[in-house]
Amino acid sequence: MIKTMIAESTLKEKVTSLYQSNKDKIVSNDPPGMETIRQQSFEDFLKLDFPTPKLEKWKNTDIRKLLQRDYQILFGPENGDLDLDKIFHCEVPDFDTEIISLYNGWYIYRDKPLTTLPNGTIIGSFARALQEYPDLVMKHYNKYAKSDLNGLNALNTAYAQDGVFIYVPDGVEAYKTIQMVNILNKEDNLLVQNRNLVIMGKNAKLTLVHCDDSHNFKSSLTNTITEVFMDEGANMKHYKLQNLNNDTSLINTSFFHQEKDSNLSTFAISLNGGLIRNDIHVRLNGEGSHADVMGLYLMDKEQHVDNHVFIDHAVPNCTSNELFKGIIDDHATAVFNGHILVRKDAQKTNAYQTNRNIILNDKATVNTKPFLEIYADDVKCSHGATVGQIDNDALFYIKSRGISEYNAKLLLMYAFAAEVINQITIDPLKVRIDDLVKKRLRGELAVCDQCVLNCKNQEKTYEFKIDMSKL
Amino acid sequence: MLSIKNLHVAIDGKEIIRGLDLEVKAGEVHAIMGPNGTGKSTLASVIAGKEGYDVTDGEIIFNGKDLLELPTEERALEGIFLGFQYPVEIPGVSMTNFMRTALNEQRKYHGLDPIPAGEFLERMENARKLVEIHDKLTNRSVNEGFSGGEKKRNEIFQMAMLEPTLSILDETDSGLDIDALKVVAKGVNDLKSDKNATIVITHYQRLLDYIVPDFVHVLFEGKIVKSGDKELAMELEEKGYEWLKAETV
Repeated sequence: MIKTMIAESTLKEKVTSLYQSNKDKIVSNDPPGMETIRQQSFEDFLKLDFPTPKLEKWKNTDIRKLLQRDYQILFGPENGDLDLDKIFHCEVPDFDTEIISLYNGWYIYRDKPLTTLPNGTIIGSFARALQEYPDLVMKHYNKYAKSDLNGLNALNTAYAQDGVFIYVPDGVEAYKTIQMVNILNKEDNLLVQNRNLVIMGKNAKLTLVHCDDSHNFKSSLTNTITEVFMDEGANMKHYKLQNLNNDTSLINTSFFHQEKDSNLSTFAISLNGGLIRNDIHVRLNGEGSHADVMGLYLMDKEQHVDNHVFIDHAVPNCTSNELFKGIIDDHATAVFNGHILVRKDAQKTNAYQTNRNIILNDKATVNTKPFLEIYADDVKCSHGATVGQIDNDALFYIKSRGISEYNAKLLLMYAFAAEVINQITIDPLKVRIDDLVKKRLRGELAVCDQCVLNCKNQEKTYEFKIDMSKL
Repeated sequence: MLSIKNLHVAIDGKEIIRGLDLEVKAGEVHAIMGPNGTGKSTLASVIAGKEGYDVTDGEIIFNGKDLLELPTEERALEGIFLGFQYPVEIPGVSMTNFMRTALNEQRKYHGLDPIPAGEFLERMENARKLVEIHDKLTNRSVNEGFSGGEKKRNEIFQMAMLEPTLSILDETDSGLDIDALKVVAKGVNDLKSDKNATIVITHYQRLLDYIVPDFVHVLFEGKIVKSGDKELAMELEEKGYEWLKAETV
């Protein structure tokens, strides 16, 4: 017990002393006003500390074990001997993408940190955006993230130097899908705290695919925050794909701020990872805005996944729809916490929430907690949560037609997952994710099968002859 | 084809089937009748290999193979088909894919390549016509949202697709109106050949007006207490099961 406490305090002490001793480097790029935010956040972190299960929101996700490890923190970029062409070779057919990537938390193309596309879209390094567009960045930076203050968020805001920056001007449709890839590859365990900022103008359109991948078997910890501002009529499709090694932890916090008539569709697809926590905050701040928040998680071994979704219906006439589904095997654990807040004046709100889980054996655990907090009286809200097993009657029915138990289970698991996959509106991406999910269910997905990027091992023929695209 | 000898089956220690014998040969249609709770559905489930039943004695031999040794799917691959009394809804699994998978598993078992697309579609089309089900239904998820009659017709559709050697139709007539009953019966009759056999399990004689059995067996308290031809069914309809009870006691 004493040992644990020492270890726990060690990471806090370490990040505290590293912050102080590297402050010059951390703030070197800061535009006016940013250093104050950092300092305040650092003090918040000292007060709040890392979250423990004593906090309601962290009751079922204990990160203390992660805090006992020794991590290295990089205060500057290093690309090492990475063969970029090898990693960034995409073969998803008909999937025209602009790839922007972070390597160990730092923007990868150091020679071309910020690109302005012909239509005015700006994509690239957050650090560079701080220098080139300080007013634009500071208008939104940390405006949304501060709505949920905890030790991890505070620490990120104190530390974050780089990440991805995307700006889509008014009326512009980012003509390609933007792929944002976070790659971790370092000899030592890393603590990565990057910060992403997405600013969408009025009626702007953006599709963003956000992949988190491990390239080695180190035990890294990523604590990342993405803030998204969606102005009136903006439309965003956002796909998070998480395929990390079994020792890596990812705390992925997103804040979406939606103005009038904006439309968000965000997916969290967790295929593999030691510990994954998705904190998804959506503020419906303008009338007529809509958010679809979807998730699929497939966990086994000792893995842990936690999806915390908070939807804030701040104004009337907004709609939100949540669907999270998971299949849990072995000793894995899954948590779903869906909080819908309908504020006093948010009349005519429609908010739906569903969480369904299949556990494949009695060692797997699911904790699901829907939480509706409603202060308006003219609203439609519903929630439903289930934890069940593979339906034995269905299994017998399928087997009685000569289909093996293995394939019968796969059919049923895939059918369960497909409800989420079918909501993906970009066909090539849907096919690819479909592919990854099938591989994952068959136990064939390796960590090196890098999400949308490294498609060299794309599925061609398998013994399993079900044409799942026809389901 | 099928030879059941001295079969004893228990569920949770309670004996349901108590020494049942049945011989079915190729080309034959057998009807098994009897009041509720006498083990009719248990017999069907045990032949198909459903879990939860203890066979405490006896044997089931199917074309020379000991069925009780085989898992459910292998029994199906050997040619057994169970038409369910309550077909199961399977959301997310389309009928088309379900059938393609089942057929391909069957072909693999017999050392054949997967079914060519054209052949598969043709087979679907023929089976659909046989039981008069709309192609909309086969594009949907298995049994999902099907009416009672559609579910039963879908069972016969699957039977037509898989071409089993021995079909066991468990209360296929229950919940069917007369038109649907005729469609189902016509399907079964059309699929009949001198190479396959059918066991029709039913509570009422009504179905046997349309599917004419070669043999009728009365199952009562876990045993076949009387066998005869279709006249026996008529007699049962007329006198009810009480008559048999009196006779067997």
